[in-house]
Amino acid sequence: MKYAGLLVMPAGFFLTLAALALFPDPGRRMAFVLCGLAVEGMGLAVSVRGHMLPRGTSHS
Amino acid sequence: MSVTPPMLPAPAPAMSDAVFALTLALLLLAPMAIAGVALINTGLSRSRSAAQAMLGNLALVAVASIVFAFIGASLTGSLGLKQVVLYAAGKPWSLVGLGPFLLRGLGVAPPQVQLAVLFEFLAVSMTVLLPWGSGADRFRLAAGFASAAILAGIVFPLAAHWIWAGGWLAALGANFSMVASFLDGGGAATVHVIGGLSALAVIWIAGPRRGKFPREGLSTAMPGHNAIYVLFGCMLALVGWLAWNVAGAILWAHTPLTALSGTAINTLLSACGALAATYSVTRFRFGKPDASLCANGWLAGLVASSACAAFASPVGSLFVGGVAGVLTPLLVELLELALSIDDPTGAITVHGAAGLWGLIAAGFFAPQAGQLLAQLIGIAALLGFFFPLIYLLFALLNRFVPFRVDPDGERMGMDLHEIGGGAYPEFVIHRDESYR
Repeated sequence: MKYAGLLVMPAGFFLTLAALALFPDPGRRMAFVLCGLAVEGMGLAVSVRGHMLPRGTSHS
Repeated sequence: MSVTPPMLPAPAPAMSDAVFALTLALLLLAPMAIAGVALINTGLSRSRSAAQAMLGNLALVAVASIVFAFIGASLTGSLGLKQVVLYAAGKPWSLVGLGPFLLRGLGVAPPQVQLAVLFEFLAVSMTVLLPWGSGADRFRLAAGFASAAILAGIVFPLAAHWIWAGGWLAALGANFSMVASFLDGGGAATVHVIGGLSALAVIWIAGPRRGKFPREGLSTAMPGHNAIYVLFGCMLALVGWLAWNVAGAILWAHTPLTALSGTAINTLLSACGALAATYSVTRFRFGKPDASLCANGWLAGLVASSACAAFASPVGSLFVGGVAGVLTPLLVELLELALSIDDPTGAITVHGAAGLWGLIAAGFFAPQAGQLLAQLIGIAALLGFFFPLIYLLFALLNRFVPFRVDPDGERMGMDLHEIGGGAYPEFVIHRDESYR
């Protein structure tokens, strides 16, 4: 979970780069960039969930 | 991919002697912001770790500056020479600079370039302090030095090249037929978001302080040991931030001289709006205003202003600061209570989240339409490229230089364990058991 989320985040970044390379018009670019940010947000959420320690657990 | 001479997106206007002197004077005041953040880091740590925290602040600035001089400044590419450009989809993507190592040629570089390099030195010094504060009370000095070296030698130079020194984000307007390029005059992205994300990586890798999240009940409150350091740090930070934002506006946003007082006023208003908002929120939620959260709010307002003070209106700056000030206490609470993230200085919220908000606000307040898209592309790069990169590098580093102090050291306090003497030898120091 920890690392899966962190691997998803670059996928969102590549969506953003694809928007720059593929679409000249601002509307489509904006839509693709927002999708890329949404993917990054999901990756971050998964990563946060993966890093949450059970209460009382001591960190090694 | 090829190595080419630098292709600056737009030639910067020539700098007169008077503007050079003004910018240099401002940059000599800017370290007050670093001093302010150092005081805040120390004040928000526990009394038994205070000397280690302050020594770390000072030593990390030294490590970051040395590494940046040796390697970082070359990769940033501000001194010119060459840069690595990837040609993909028919467009040039400038990825990293290849300037001279060891700052060779700095003395004969144009005045504007010399000032840009000085600005970058200050920026990298500030960046490395942010994760240091978040790792308070368990982050080892050696690991702090190593993480600072990674930030100053790899991460910050990449970000600074992309955003300031002719990289692909700085050339969005010229190379990708967009209305505008990514704007970050005061370092909201290169310094604060990068620093905030580094803080999150350090916290995840080092883990929470012992006893912070007990098996039952709410998380344990571990307040900073000196509210006066924290609040005085905020006052110092204001002085530094005024200089920092105005110098950044001259260097990176090419703001005309007539607009510089407006930039300073916007910086002040953003901080004031944020403080008023945080004061009100904490007063409403807890019945009394919270000094530590108010300090965080003030700083969040300054951070948000770093992105947009050069072109927002005064009312707009008050709004930007106000939003940052409302978000700060709520997000600090969310991170600690709901997500079990132990961030003693609140750097993730104050620098990371407020920096991101400032960058978005810059998209709304910039004079040219279409700026928002450029800002969102920059934010996507920060979250989708830099954060995984920082985490990966720190996780690898942690295998060789463990971030977290051993349990005995944490129980004893970082001062005694790491530097052999406390900051307040005549005071009674609380033991862990006294918290719960």
